[in-house]
Amino acid sequence: MNLPVGDELTALVFIVIFLSFIIVFTIYERVRSGGRNLRDIPAFNALIRAIGLSVEDGTRLHVSLGSSDMAGEGSGAGLAALTILERVARTASVSDTPPVVTSGEGVLAVLSRQALSGAFRAVEASEQFDPNQGRMTGATPFSYAAGAMPVIFDEQVSTNILVGNFGPEIALITEAADRSGGFTLAGTDNTPAQAVLYAAAQEPLIGEELYAGGAYLRAGNAHTASLRVQDIFRWLIIAFIIGGGVLRFIQGVAP
Amino acid sequence: MRRLPLLSTVVAALSGGLALYLLFFQIPGLAGLRSYLLQSAASLAALALIVGIIHLLTVHLDKLIAGEERAVYSGVLVFALLLTFLLAFAFGPNFSYSYGSDATDRIEPANWLFQYVQTPIEISLMALLSISLLYAAGRLLRRRVNTFSVVFLISVVIALLGSSLVATGGFAGLSDAVATVSQWVARVPAVAGARGIILGVALGTIATGLRIIMGSDRPYGG
Repeated sequence: MNLPVGDELTALVFIVIFLSFIIVFTIYERVRSGGRNLRDIPAFNALIRAIGLSVEDGTRLHVSLGSSDMAGEGSGAGLAALTILERVARTASVSDTPPVVTSGEGVLAVLSRQALSGAFRAVEASEQFDPNQGRMTGATPFSYAAGAMPVIFDEQVSTNILVGNFGPEIALITEAADRSGGFTLAGTDNTPAQAVLYAAAQEPLIGEELYAGGAYLRAGNAHTASLRVQDIFRWLIIAFIIGGGVLRFIQGVAP
Repeated sequence: MRRLPLLSTVVAALSGGLALYLLFFQIPGLAGLRSYLLQSAASLAALALIVGIIHLLTVHLDKLIAGEERAVYSGVLVFALLLTFLLAFAFGPNFSYSYGSDATDRIEPANWLFQYVQTPIEISLMALLSISLLYAAGRLLRRRVNTFSVVFLISVVIALLGSSLVATGGFAGLSDAVATVSQWVARVPAVAGARGIILGVALGTIATGLRIIMGSDRPYGG
């Protein structure tokens, strides 16, 4: 058996430490079982309010999962989006009009139906599940956006949650959501699309906030724990970057 | 019935854990297992795409049959989908039809559809997108009045001015100054911000993957 060396070894050590921290913090969260003390993300507070209003007035939630390549690099955003979908579907399952999910990739469409089915089963409302609630609207980014727009106009949608891997075409969906007068929360792992969302979405999720959805929607202790570990590692990396910069500067100045 | 979610959790955790393990440790005899797992995922993704397209077709056929308000668009989708499918599936994607004696008097129906129907439509949507983005930027200050929005809009204006003045060659002295500022904005603060965001995304992706391997996150409905 060949052991990893160099960058591979660094990556392995990083992952092992990361995993150990998640396990420790998950146990800590379980033992503590108290308040979560998470930093305030206004977008999630607004989302929880919007879901409540949507359930009250009998309008529909629209969750759009983007077009992540689930067998490739975009799978992280897709999986984070599915967690948000599962939590939102549980909350909205008491509504007369169950949520509708659109996606631009086959695996996501299948998984969205699974997530919806699981959410309804969890709240013992399996009879409310309709496979047509989770659908693929197009196979290319623009056809997906074009297919998702009529869903917003035609299906009494009041709240749009756009999470996953999107390109700039997401502006077409947010534009449709704005024109229909609905609430829009949006987050993506794609940096150009994040700039678009900052301008186009009512409540944009910036950077890692997309992956914090599970913790804020109370998906379990592991989500809260991993969010804390992400925060710790982010600060560590920032310290390393600044420290490295300072050392470089000192080396350059020193005679 | 309760066993199925447990089985899917075990399969997901084992496949993920094994693929990660084999990324770092090369074990003789198991060398091909990781690529087999990844190839299986790609094959399943292709199958899921077919399932998704069939489902898309049935949803729009239902709309057509029910005679919904905007069923005409569903009709266009069903017609286009079936036509493309027939042309590509019946004749193959590279089938070409000769309608004259000249070598250029040939038409490839499947490619023709992409070149003259899908591509122009997507380009039109892209053009529409630029208007939507401009409108969204204009609305930003009405929606969120804060320092970041002002900085965002100033950066957008500088970047747009920089590229348009350089492209048109107008206002010689001014265009040089604006282009210098625009390039600095693109090279320094924009790259720094993007790296910060990518860092957060990378940590989030690692955390999501590890939660699935641990079996504590089952977004696949397990």
